[in-house]
Amino acid sequence: MDESTFQIDTRGEFSFPENHKFDAGFGLTEATIDYICDAKGEPDWLREFRKDALRKFNAMPMPTHWAPEGIKDLDFEKIRYYLAHGTAPYKDWEEVPDDVKRTFERLGVPEQERAFLAGVDAQYDSETAYNNMQEELRKKGVIFVNSTEGLKEYEHIFRPWFGKVIPVTDNKFSALNHAAFSGGSFIYVPKGVKLEQPLQAYFRINSESMGQFERTLIIADEGAELMYMEGCTAPKYDSATLHSGVVELVALKGAKIQYVTVQNWATNVYNLVIQRGLAMEDAEIRWIDCNIGSGLTMKYPAVVLKGRRARGEVVSISLAHDGQLQDTGARMIHAAPETSSNIVAKSISIGKGRASYRGEVNVLKGMNGCRNNTECDALLISAESRTDTYPAISVNGNASAVQHEASVSQVDEEMLFYLQQRGLTRAQAMSLAVNGFINDLVKEFPMEYSVELRRLIDLEMEDSIG
Amino acid sequence: MSLIIKDLHARVKDGATILNGINLEIPKGEVHAIMGPNGSGKSTLSKVLCGHPDYEVISGSAELDGQDLFAMSVDERSRAGLFLAFQYPVEVPGVTNANFMRAALQARMPKGEELDAVSFYKEMRSKMKSLDMDPRFTARAVNEGFSGGEKKRNDILQMMMLNPSYAILDETDSGLDVDALKIVSEGVNAMRAPFRSFVIITHYKRLLDYIKPDVVHVLYKGKIVRTAGYELVAQIEQQGFDFIKSEE
Repeated sequence: MDESTFQIDTRGEFSFPENHKFDAGFGLTEATIDYICDAKGEPDWLREFRKDALRKFNAMPMPTHWAPEGIKDLDFEKIRYYLAHGTAPYKDWEEVPDDVKRTFERLGVPEQERAFLAGVDAQYDSETAYNNMQEELRKKGVIFVNSTEGLKEYEHIFRPWFGKVIPVTDNKFSALNHAAFSGGSFIYVPKGVKLEQPLQAYFRINSESMGQFERTLIIADEGAELMYMEGCTAPKYDSATLHSGVVELVALKGAKIQYVTVQNWATNVYNLVIQRGLAMEDAEIRWIDCNIGSGLTMKYPAVVLKGRRARGEVVSISLAHDGQLQDTGARMIHAAPETSSNIVAKSISIGKGRASYRGEVNVLKGMNGCRNNTECDALLISAESRTDTYPAISVNGNASAVQHEASVSQVDEEMLFYLQQRGLTRAQAMSLAVNGFINDLVKEFPMEYSVELRRLIDLEMEDSIG
Repeated sequence: MSLIIKDLHARVKDGATILNGINLEIPKGEVHAIMGPNGSGKSTLSKVLCGHPDYEVISGSAELDGQDLFAMSVDERSRAGLFLAFQYPVEVPGVTNANFMRAALQARMPKGEELDAVSFYKEMRSKMKSLDMDPRFTARAVNEGFSGGEKKRNDILQMMMLNPSYAILDETDSGLDVDALKIVSEGVNAMRAPFRSFVIITHYKRLLDYIKPDVVHVLYKGKIVRTAGYELVAQIEQQGFDFIKSEE
């Protein structure tokens, strides 16, 4: 495929002047929530729900007892909680306002939609600017809308699951998202419907000091299958930007959900995302997660294996450059017998970058015959790079097998000499070695993404070696 | 046009001096063999010429077709036409042989020009066939899980693909069985040309029976102590290196 049609390395490169009809200002109070509810035209139950979440958010402490240091610098008063053009999502690219359209064109979104996607949702600051899905899928009963529309039009499906996989009080950022959420996707795939092409969401932060709190709920009914991909970018600003999404997945009996993230936020973005899926009997949930951007990422995709023989998987790649901390990992909760999970995490630390793996594998009491395999490998590019591993494993069931392997390595000088002796520059040799290190994981990404991932790594290597 | 080494002294970085004044001239089109007992500095010489970071040049010079070799980076030396078939070829996990060779060839293209993928694969396949290599090796990671012999063969394949003007073969015969040795030698012989030279480092006559050198050098204690024609190989085979040691 032509690489120019697909680029997610626009980190920090461009932004457009603000052009918002709605701006809730700085800080989060009850008045802010009223402003958001009025702008969105939300029902009273939701207004009360948000306010209740705000009270819980205010009452909960920051998770400083375990979280990385950098989180202390996050000032909730210096964040803007709702910025929107004030129009419903367009279904046609031609109607999308020019600045927004040009942004997504630069990211190659319309071309990709034509080339290989079943549907697209493109979010610009707080609201969806464009949302469209193939007509054929609509006829099969597939729902793919933003969260506002989902709660309005499909309350009977959305509401019973809303906040059920990730409760309000799960942690402080969950409470924050429940209070301030806007945008994100609501997806329902009916029984037995299998999507052959992925659905794609784009999250774009354009404005300074923006807080983006998308809310995604994906329900795959019995035997349904889908792949959902999200890409994230933002321009680089001096002030902090906050991205704190909540993503809930529900895979009913025999359903399969694959959720792919390629995150390339600018380094002033705090990326604090909660992702959790509920896998019922014989269902399968896979998180494929790639974190390249943001200054501080805290993200540990989870699967609650709730039904017998359910399967969960997390495939994670993170790249930490100077000034970046990628605190990523995975959680697997084995809440039914004979469930299995697999975690493969690879991180690359460049320069003074830091990558951490934080994992939890929990086989609950009486859950017999469960299996987990965890493998985390870290590659350090320089002597100043750093990596940490914090695994937590708890097994309370019988006849369960849990396996954890970890490795830390440096790019081998002998290998670089070998590659350079064949004519590759040091940067090219380094890129090739790093690409080789994550090659088995990159294969898990859709082709268009894997091409782009390799290109991003080449760029990072060129930058780091000069 | 030749590779000219003058009074080369080199050591392990911050360590022992290994090369004590090497003088060598390797004109284009010739095959030179370097023999010598263990620890005489044969492998060090090849690594120093290619710029291995573990070694440093103390004094002396090396010229490759008139260019100052020691002023160039490892990869510049490669692109200038210097190739080393490693004594121990390195494993590169996750990088396929095909991708590695494409990248290496692409690195030799002028800026803005793309390597043609179709003719590349065609060439790689045909060269693999000549070395009796399984065509599926294109998709396997470089040297990963290869036997010793497969690794050596893979290095020779890389040499064939990169078409160097000066190729150093560092104990390429070790780890090869008789059949593989024959195949590899045929590959090297097929590449012999007026515009290409070979430096063959070996302990054994066996390889030199297949690839007949024009000149044979004996390296001992970091110095070239004897230079002669092919007949020197037979003498070493009969007498070992003792006659050189006793001349000390």
